[in-house]
Amino acid sequence: MNPTPRSLYLSLSLVLATSLFACAPQSQQPDTPGARQRVTIFGAFVEEDARRFEASMRPFEERTGIQVDYEGSGDFETLITVRMEGGDPPDIIAFPQPGLMMEYAREGRLVDLSEVIDSQQLSQGYRSFWLELGTVDDTLVGVWYRASVKSLVWYPVPQFEEAGYEIPETWDELLALSDQIVADGGTPWCIGIESSGATGWVGTDWIEDILLRTSGPEVYDQWVRNEIPFNDPRVKEAFEKMGEIWLNPDYVLGGTVGILTTPFGDAANPMFEDPPGCYLHRQASFLPVFLPPEVEPGRDIDFFYLPPINPEHGRPVMGAGDVMSMVNDRPEVRQVMEYLATAEAGRAWAEAGGFLSPHNDADLDWYPDDLTRAQAELLRDADTFRFDGSDMMPGAVGTGTFWTGIVDYISGRDLDTVLLEIERSWPRD
Amino acid sequence: MRDPNAPAWQLLLVALAVGVLGVWTLFFLANDLVSRFPRVWAERIRPYIFVGPALLLLFAYLIFPTIQTLYFSFLDARSQRWVGWQNYQFAFTDRTMLIAFRNNLLWLLLVTGISVSLGLIIAVLVDRVRWEPLAKSLIFLPMAISFVGASVIWRFVYAFQPPGRPQIGLLNAIWTRLGGDPIGWLQTQPLNTLALIVIMIWLQTGFCMVILSAAVKSVPSELLEAARIDGANEIEIFFQVILPYVSKTIMTVATTVVILVLKVFDIVYVMTSGQFGTEVIANRMYSEMFRFRHFGRGSALAVILLIAVIPVMIGNIRSWRRAQ
Repeated sequence: MNPTPRSLYLSLSLVLATSLFACAPQSQQPDTPGARQRVTIFGAFVEEDARRFEASMRPFEERTGIQVDYEGSGDFETLITVRMEGGDPPDIIAFPQPGLMMEYAREGRLVDLSEVIDSQQLSQGYRSFWLELGTVDDTLVGVWYRASVKSLVWYPVPQFEEAGYEIPETWDELLALSDQIVADGGTPWCIGIESSGATGWVGTDWIEDILLRTSGPEVYDQWVRNEIPFNDPRVKEAFEKMGEIWLNPDYVLGGTVGILTTPFGDAANPMFEDPPGCYLHRQASFLPVFLPPEVEPGRDIDFFYLPPINPEHGRPVMGAGDVMSMVNDRPEVRQVMEYLATAEAGRAWAEAGGFLSPHNDADLDWYPDDLTRAQAELLRDADTFRFDGSDMMPGAVGTGTFWTGIVDYISGRDLDTVLLEIERSWPRD
Repeated sequence: MRDPNAPAWQLLLVALAVGVLGVWTLFFLANDLVSRFPRVWAERIRPYIFVGPALLLLFAYLIFPTIQTLYFSFLDARSQRWVGWQNYQFAFTDRTMLIAFRNNLLWLLLVTGISVSLGLIIAVLVDRVRWEPLAKSLIFLPMAISFVGASVIWRFVYAFQPPGRPQIGLLNAIWTRLGGDPIGWLQTQPLNTLALIVIMIWLQTGFCMVILSAAVKSVPSELLEAARIDGANEIEIFFQVILPYVSKTIMTVATTVVILVLKVFDIVYVMTSGQFGTEVIANRMYSEMFRFRHFGRGSALAVILLIAVIPVMIGNIRSWRRAQ
């Protein structure tokens, strides 16, 4: 082989060297004073939600000169795992539920926020249950940014009033109303749980709401932490209570097959037919997003609070939300966290709609419509608030066997076997 | 160069310059260096200079992760404590895992069997037709669609609405028009697993057909003529002349499909995520890793898949070698 013409690779290395030198001055830039500091946030808000979140950060960016880079993904759980394990964590994580936050906290990857945010600001800004929900092993690792309410039953206002129905105040009244609708030749409930891979979560919300009402918050907490087994009689009772409605073919449009195969977002639509396909639909505060465009929330559809079952447990509210945790401890990240822990941080989003604030000092006037305001009041006046239990359980249960268990139960599998199987899947190590 | 604020095109240019020119220069310099050695030594070292980086990359991206996965599969959920065979025990006893194994087997048999046979039948049938290119293009077309894209398309085919409501899904629209009640294609067992398998067959038949068609065309016409002169009819010719002649290609195509099907993930993930008894091993591996964050079990499933693929791969390589 002939030796390579020396001039060729000499000129090549020259090109390489100049290209390296050409960029060298740029590496100085971040150190020069006046450069904008950047803080990255990774979360599950996408599309419109992401735009509203970014808009709500703008006043802060203008005031401090810190640039907040928000990145959202519908595949949040997968991507955050990849980024954390790959050594490329964002500065702040906006968890859509606290389960994963708790795991990261136990692994020591999250910053203790009691050193970052003034404790007085926290205790004044939040009701105690929100602070407890952000605390893992006595360390505050998350502050709540957004809340949602799940204990709602939606109904079509004009049809409901025309038929002369009244809003039930107790569970028995709710069942009596259902019977009355059946007697009038209608179908009371619309239920749809199909949500491709996540099919089943609608049912877990029902179980949680019912368990809070039949056995109270203490039992609920024990259940979430697996201090009582999943096949405890009280949990079984909650499944059976749900079955009173779900498994009654007269009560539900399409029966159990309809429940399993109707996409949850489409489930409420038959309400607006003439005559209505159903009158009642239990779903969280986000339901209006899925309604046909001609339906006006507040006029065509409204909600009432899912009534209590056992009066001794009062009027509990079950809900969800987004919690902010800090991964990288830098002064500018601290500033962003402090801002996120104030009610002001959510104001722009609240005014734009689709946002409930977990803060005491969030003004009800911020909300754009009566419907949201009523939800905010419900949240404010709740005797007890509990977070969506399945989101707090280990993933293998909360997004695994609990979901499949709901599907199995509706498909007619023996309830004791279903519950035992969920209990057995609880991670022991 | 470290400035993250630099415009994207600058970063791209630098990356290109370093990546392409830099590597090129390195190779040139190393080659030149070796050329200065005594001739015998130079000839001995030179191959390693050129293959070395590739081997190094292969080790970093393939061999090392494989060994690490094997190691992780004996550790607990967070890869901290040694748990022995526990993860494998789970893989072979858990109820949904057993369903996954059953389904993977079903996928293997049905997808491989049907797409290879269909591919062969079509290849033979269109062999002497005038509109052969058109027919083949139409059947080959799905190959150009990604698995996720195909799944999204088929979601519309299988969509379900409660009885009495307008059916937006193609299948249910036809079915209810014929007087049936709408069927939850993706929710009713065991119909749903078959419904998913159909998608893969739709995607793979074109691939099988194209390769087998080339093989069928290479059957010498003298052989066919001789058979005809001997009085064989077309069916006898197919089974006794064409089939033996293309059997090696069939084996190669079949093993390729088998490997693909063993790894089936996208379709199941998009359509049902393994709910309603449609679980497969690869999807469960994903769930264990990213939804349940159990790295031990996820790694164990990856290892099982790897071991299942190895014999098929060896067979495939052998049959390629023989074919050459």
